[in-house]
Amino acid sequence: MFYREAGQFKTSYQSDQAMFPILQDRIGMAVILAVAFIVVPLTANDFFLTSIMIPFLVFSLAAIGLNVLTGFCGQLSLGTGAFMGVGAYAAYKLTTIFPDVNVVLFVLISGFFSAGIGAIFGLPSLRIKGLYLAVTTLAAQFFLEWCFIRIPWLYNDNASGAIEVPKREMFGVIVSGAEATPLARYFVVLGITVFIAFLIANVLRGRIGRSWMMIRDMDIAAELMGIRPLQTKLMAFAVSSYICGVAGAMMVFFWLNAAEPSSYSINLSFQILFMVILGGLGSLSGAFLGAAFIWILPVMLKFIPSAIGLEIGAETVEHLTFMVVGGLIIFFLIVEPHGFARLWQIAKQKLRVWPFPY
Amino acid sequence: MNAIVTNEGLPTSEPVTQREVLLKVDNVSLSFGGVKAITDISLDIQKGEIRAIIGPNGAGKTSMLNVINGFYHPQEGTITWRGEERRKMKPYEAASQGIARTFQNVALFKGMTTLDNIMSGRSLKMKKNFFWQLLWRGPAEQEEIEHRRRVEDIIDFLEIQAIRKTPVGKLPYGLQKRVELGRALAMEPELLLLDEPMAGMNLEEKEDMSRFILDVNQEFGTTIALIEHDMGVVMDLSDRVVVLDYGKKIADGPPEEVQASQAVIDAYLGVSH
Repeated sequence: MFYREAGQFKTSYQSDQAMFPILQDRIGMAVILAVAFIVVPLTANDFFLTSIMIPFLVFSLAAIGLNVLTGFCGQLSLGTGAFMGVGAYAAYKLTTIFPDVNVVLFVLISGFFSAGIGAIFGLPSLRIKGLYLAVTTLAAQFFLEWCFIRIPWLYNDNASGAIEVPKREMFGVIVSGAEATPLARYFVVLGITVFIAFLIANVLRGRIGRSWMMIRDMDIAAELMGIRPLQTKLMAFAVSSYICGVAGAMMVFFWLNAAEPSSYSINLSFQILFMVILGGLGSLSGAFLGAAFIWILPVMLKFIPSAIGLEIGAETVEHLTFMVVGGLIIFFLIVEPHGFARLWQIAKQKLRVWPFPY
Repeated sequence: MNAIVTNEGLPTSEPVTQREVLLKVDNVSLSFGGVKAITDISLDIQKGEIRAIIGPNGAGKTSMLNVINGFYHPQEGTITWRGEERRKMKPYEAASQGIARTFQNVALFKGMTTLDNIMSGRSLKMKKNFFWQLLWRGPAEQEEIEHRRRVEDIIDFLEIQAIRKTPVGKLPYGLQKRVELGRALAMEPELLLLDEPMAGMNLEEKEDMSRFILDVNQEFGTTIALIEHDMGVVMDLSDRVVVLDYGKKIADGPPEEVQASQAVIDAYLGVSH
């Protein structure tokens, strides 16, 4: 009744293949963007921005990056954390070598470094598939982490072995370093995430996105239809690593302020992979939903006991959160193995035919 | 619709034997280790004809198709495509030369819609690079619409308008086969290889598919090589038939001739030893 495309006639292919062909979707998207750009900045406090929204957006972007590779091109990867690290270290090196250049530009450029490295580690994908490929990408994870620890040039010989983000301004506003306001950081992170998500949505609905999905669904048929497997897979690796690299750079510049090699460990790779699987492989909205579930839910859960007046120790809350989140992950994977994105699709389908069952 | 249903491509009355040879396979042998899949086979496919390849199970028919579209590389023999001897090539190169095929067990892209599946057949003809794709507005969108138009013609031709936006994994088998034919047609191939296009279909679906194959051949002038087990279909559709058995060619010629050949009858029915 509320969500129905009946009566919305398409008279051109252009309008039929628009990103949001249904009016209600366009309205919904506009509302989400309005909330993100206007309502949240006006109402949110610093805690909400730095502990919830900024990490959520960073993880969403990383999940989009992994989704390009795993969800759309079908190549399993466990090197996400390392590729994010490459972006972070590249952006750090660039901004310490050229302190006067706009830091946002460097965050976007740093993605190219991780794209290059990602493409190199994607080379085995021509011969190796599935879980075995995941194991070879583990090599990337361990090798790059080793580099972050053992090559002092990467962290400017800092005694602590960590990278510390210097103060940087953009158009007179401090956006990175300890003095930057959460609001300024939030706007930069939101801007970059929305911008990249929009561009990648364009790629995914065109020829290149289709060629990735062809490789994912049936690589032999794709090859017989003129798709070059190596180029296509390497491109997916490069694009995916670019996005992950930007997310990694944002993570240290606009959220953590400082990062050590262990920030980009295998744990991060797994966290992103869970977001992608739980959100839904092959869906951009799924990347946001998955990131929200894995990041925001535990933070929220920690406040429930104190909010309803229960006196529980901090560690107990921590442990309870682990148990509840773990249980919910299992529950949702049983209910819908294809993730939140599919649940949302089913909900839309039900709305479409409501009040009838089908 | 109207772009498709013109009679321009109808074959003229020239005799079959005088047509130009599109693809020629000479003395090809293919083996996997000690297993000889194809032994010294020569055959040609003429422009505009429907050529059937038949034979009992394991005769090497599918291997033959795989050799033609570059998936297998024969150890011996040569393949001549439009008068030029073909070097060892990758399947995607064969695709860019105008060879398309369908598969015995449907090989559609299951996660994609019918429309996207058929659009994927246009991949080779779409050229706009990554940066235009990022922008979408402008050249990439124009190109997409241009190819969408061609794809919609094929959708009309195969009468699958209603399932345009359905993911192909949800479609019944007969329709999947039809979508697969559409995907191959979207490549606008010179030579279309059909591997058992009618396997597992009921009579009505077979009739539909036969009609589509004939229409493709006559209206677009596409040369077709098909493997099929339904002899009625083979005899009715094809201009010439080649029969394989145990990787060897045992007969080649017009359907009636092949039907009467003693070697073929023996291969299918068996002989007393």
